[in-house]
Amino acid sequence: MASKFINITLKIWRQKNSKAKGALETYTLDNVSTDSSFLEMLDQLNEQLINEKQAPIAFDHDCREGICGMCSLYINGRAHGPDSGITTCQLHMRMFKDGDTIYVEPWRSRAFPIIKDLMVDRSAFDRIQQAGGFVSVNTSGRTMDANAIPVPKADADKAFEAAACIGCGACVASCKNGSAMLFVGAKVSQYALLPQGKVEAKDRVLNMVRQMDEEGFGNCTNTGACEIECPKGISIENIARMNREFLKGALTKA
Amino acid sequence: MSNSVLFKSSIAKKYFMALTGLFLCTFLIGHLLGNLQLIFNTGEEGRRAFNEYAYFMGHNLFIQVLSYTTYLALIIHAVDGIMLTIQNKKARPVNYAYSNPKANSGTASRNMAILGTLILVFIATHMANFWWKAKITKEIPMHSLVKTVDYPVGQNPATGEMVTKPIEVTYYLQTNGTYQQFKVKDPSTGQEQKLMELKNKHEFYDITSGVKMGEGYKDLHSVVMTFFSKENSSALFGVIFYVISMLVLGYHLWHGFASAFQSLGLNHPLYTPIIKKIGMAFSIIVPFLFAIIPVIIYIYH
Repeated sequence: MASKFINITLKIWRQKNSKAKGALETYTLDNVSTDSSFLEMLDQLNEQLINEKQAPIAFDHDCREGICGMCSLYINGRAHGPDSGITTCQLHMRMFKDGDTIYVEPWRSRAFPIIKDLMVDRSAFDRIQQAGGFVSVNTSGRTMDANAIPVPKADADKAFEAAACIGCGACVASCKNGSAMLFVGAKVSQYALLPQGKVEAKDRVLNMVRQMDEEGFGNCTNTGACEIECPKGISIENIARMNREFLKGALTKA
Repeated sequence: MSNSVLFKSSIAKKYFMALTGLFLCTFLIGHLLGNLQLIFNTGEEGRRAFNEYAYFMGHNLFIQVLSYTTYLALIIHAVDGIMLTIQNKKARPVNYAYSNPKANSGTASRNMAILGTLILVFIATHMANFWWKAKITKEIPMHSLVKTVDYPVGQNPATGEMVTKPIEVTYYLQTNGTYQQFKVKDPSTGQEQKLMELKNKHEFYDITSGVKMGEGYKDLHSVVMTFFSKENSSALFGVIFYVISMLVLGYHLWHGFASAFQSLGLNHPLYTPIIKKIGMAFSIIVPFLFAIIPVIIYIYH
């Protein structure tokens, strides 16, 4: 496909810091290659802003190959923009037309406070993970080889699919309730499905759900928006598994 | 800790939502079966069958327990729903300027709280029109029947033939299954003679001896028929409101039925597609059958 150049209008959320009141600012950007990624387009805009002696737009990014989970952005009303199974760095400008107006907003959630412009603080996810998203390992130096424990292939596959979560927060951003259930469901599931994780399964789910509630995330309405917008295609089957695990834990844990 | 998380945690709130929701789905089936009797049985026999059924529903101990469980389930479902909605609104204090929710979710699933509130409004009017009158103010009339019978008044001395005269007799249906003569009226003179007296809204007492003769049935059948009949000037509004409310109920169930299973953790590659299909069928068939009853009454009565 021959590369094209398009002119676009951007409406981008600008906010000086977490306390400041933000607003949508309008920018026009010409000669954007349709082969460039969305983040490269923002780089181009920032270059233009710097040349005009204006403050560049702060946005999260890191690996730019769809695996780190750093890039966020709510683009034209959808997390990671108008394509499925991708992060924002994998979104290309060929998805837009010449003359388009593109809205770019940060993830909106009480649990993800805005740091600056389009950057949000997702450490709430880290705290949920720290509350139970691990397997306690005896580090005596004589740790058993993980491969010595037989794992059914189907379970291993499901655990792997759940573990594909990169913690980007698109689920929270797309959920009308700002719920983190898909993230927590995936993290609970990736361990609950494996023999190594089953040992601490009850404590894990109770602690992670408690932390999730404390962080101020919303509840699940089963709209399914999260699984559609998840760049890694995590299924809401994991939320159901978390709900089962939670009931088991709540009923039997003293 | 475990006991308190079964009430406080976000997931537990969804369990309660799901359990009460599914219980209310079973209630809908029971209520629908009762309502369908309004159109399947006609005439005096139909009216009698319906009022006897209503009496049974109001007096059977098991049904009484079930009905109070239903009130409780409804209250929990509504209060829990309000609590969840408040939390969900708090979870996103600043809304998106531009949102495209159609891209990733169904309309019903995003509007469960609004749909639920509309259903609550319907339930409130339904209770005020029917339940309140039946249970609290007891304004419902007794099941009565007026028949014109030829009453012998004497013998024609010339021919020896019996001379009769049409008389209107009012009968009341009693809980023992028999009809009781209540009063007689001569339509030619307008003279009326009461044989019975109604006490405590539903007990019949013999007017001369003052002895209790029996108890009657509330005529709930006629209350419904009059409410939705063309003779009632507000019936059309009632029918339209009823049909719209059932549409809202259908939307609520469209998402709610299958969603309840997911909330309870019942998601399985084999059964979830079946549950979803049953949910769709349930959300169309049940509200549809509810809705056609007032429409049929309005057209044919």
